[in-house]
Amino acid sequence: MMKYNYIYHLGRYVLFLRSMFSKPEKTRIFLSRVFEEMNNIGIGSLPIVAIISVFIGAVTTVQTAYQLVSPFVPASIIGQIVSDSSILELSPTIMSLVLAGKVGSHIASEIGTMRVTEQIDALEVMGINASGYLVMPKIIAALLMFPMLNIISITLSIWGGITAGELTGALSSEEFLYGARETFKGFVVFFSILKAISFSFIITSISAYQGFYTQGGALEVGTSSTRAVVFSCVMVLFADYILAQLLLK
Amino acid sequence: MIELQHVNKSFEGIKVLNDINIEFNAGELNYVIGSSGGGKSVMMKCMVGLVKPDSGSILYDGRDFLAKNEDEVRQVRQEIGMLFQGTALFDSLTVEENVGFPLKMLSNMNKTDILDRVNFCLKRVNLDNINKKFPAEISGGMKKRVGIARAIALNIKYLYCDEPNSGLDPLTSRVIDELLKDITEEFKITTVINSHDMKSVFDTADKVAFIYKGTVKWQGSRHNIKDALVEVPELDVFAKASFLS
Repeated sequence: MMKYNYIYHLGRYVLFLRSMFSKPEKTRIFLSRVFEEMNNIGIGSLPIVAIISVFIGAVTTVQTAYQLVSPFVPASIIGQIVSDSSILELSPTIMSLVLAGKVGSHIASEIGTMRVTEQIDALEVMGINASGYLVMPKIIAALLMFPMLNIISITLSIWGGITAGELTGALSSEEFLYGARETFKGFVVFFSILKAISFSFIITSISAYQGFYTQGGALEVGTSSTRAVVFSCVMVLFADYILAQLLLK
Repeated sequence: MIELQHVNKSFEGIKVLNDINIEFNAGELNYVIGSSGGGKSVMMKCMVGLVKPDSGSILYDGRDFLAKNEDEVRQVRQEIGMLFQGTALFDSLTVEENVGFPLKMLSNMNKTDILDRVNFCLKRVNLDNINKKFPAEISGGMKKRVGIARAIALNIKYLYCDEPNSGLDPLTSRVIDELLKDITEEFKITTVINSHDMKSVFDTADKVAFIYKGTVKWQGSRHNIKDALVEVPELDVFAKASFLS
């Protein structure tokens, strides 16, 4: 019955987050774990982020060009739409949804496997704060790496848009960049980074929570992993709307 | 010495531990026996702090494990070593890193001292030349011995073993039994072992507690077990079933 009680899960999630905030047993080991996770989450996700970003920019350019057939609309408007869409929505949100699948499922299955094989119990018996040791470095690493991945994603998305514009003859790179710069506001970059930071916290903490409270065996680890991805994606979209509502006025 | 006084635990209204009172002496091999679902594992989890009892006291050399705050509990936990049923070795670490893990995390030893201590512990459990192997690359018996080496790495006072012989052949089981007995006597630690294996109990136990449906039905020396088999019919049934299996 408790299993599907959302209030129960919300309370336990908050307590789980609180349990992570304790002084690390060894600061040097904690930092090395953060760097290790930065490598796993950041560098490990770079190829998929790069591929997605280039194609997002390219496809958005081609589709926008297809819809803007009026001779009264300048081609540079395509650059404006593609760059603003990439910065505001496509890069942070699509990238986060993909990373919810890649990073989120990895975190949930790693921690879930450690739980069902009693490795987390072993840490706790030793007197080590298991959530602080296992989860906190992942959250810090994601908070640092997601904004960087987001900036890379924006850059590659715009590059993909420029390349697609040139290849299809829809607009030149000069027209694209002119459009992108014409109405550019610095705030959208800040907003985009804020989204990436928020989504990184949501993905890592929800996935870690799902893994940490796994009970059973291999089947349940798979279920936790799936649940981590689904809940992370839903919460990312929900947070996306809330942030847009609060900050884009 | 470890003392359990009036320990009770229920899960969703079902009483799993019912007024448990036991003492485990230092330097002795204490066996807790009983059939599956009888409450042995829950009792052990209560004793190491993985499960919180509903009431009662657990005393480690007079220190109340349940009354202390989290930091103090962590201090006592650092005097506890545990060999898990599935060994619970960290998959991503080598044997050497597994044994050195508690030293790296909880002591102020430098790298050379840690390595010396790791080698000492591995030698003590009769393991050589497997320092750089991962848990997946060694046998079940070796994993158990690595688990024991990790448990004793920190100069512990209390050692818990949950079904140390499960999944092992009879010969390896006897090796593990002897090892646990030697380590207990050598380091003067209080060892508590959950087991189904009556052969181990008859061979090595200093003290035996029989738990049946959450209550301690009988406790005493292994030398008195034969009398107890007559006095406690449930123990007789359990012992016969254990030898049959």
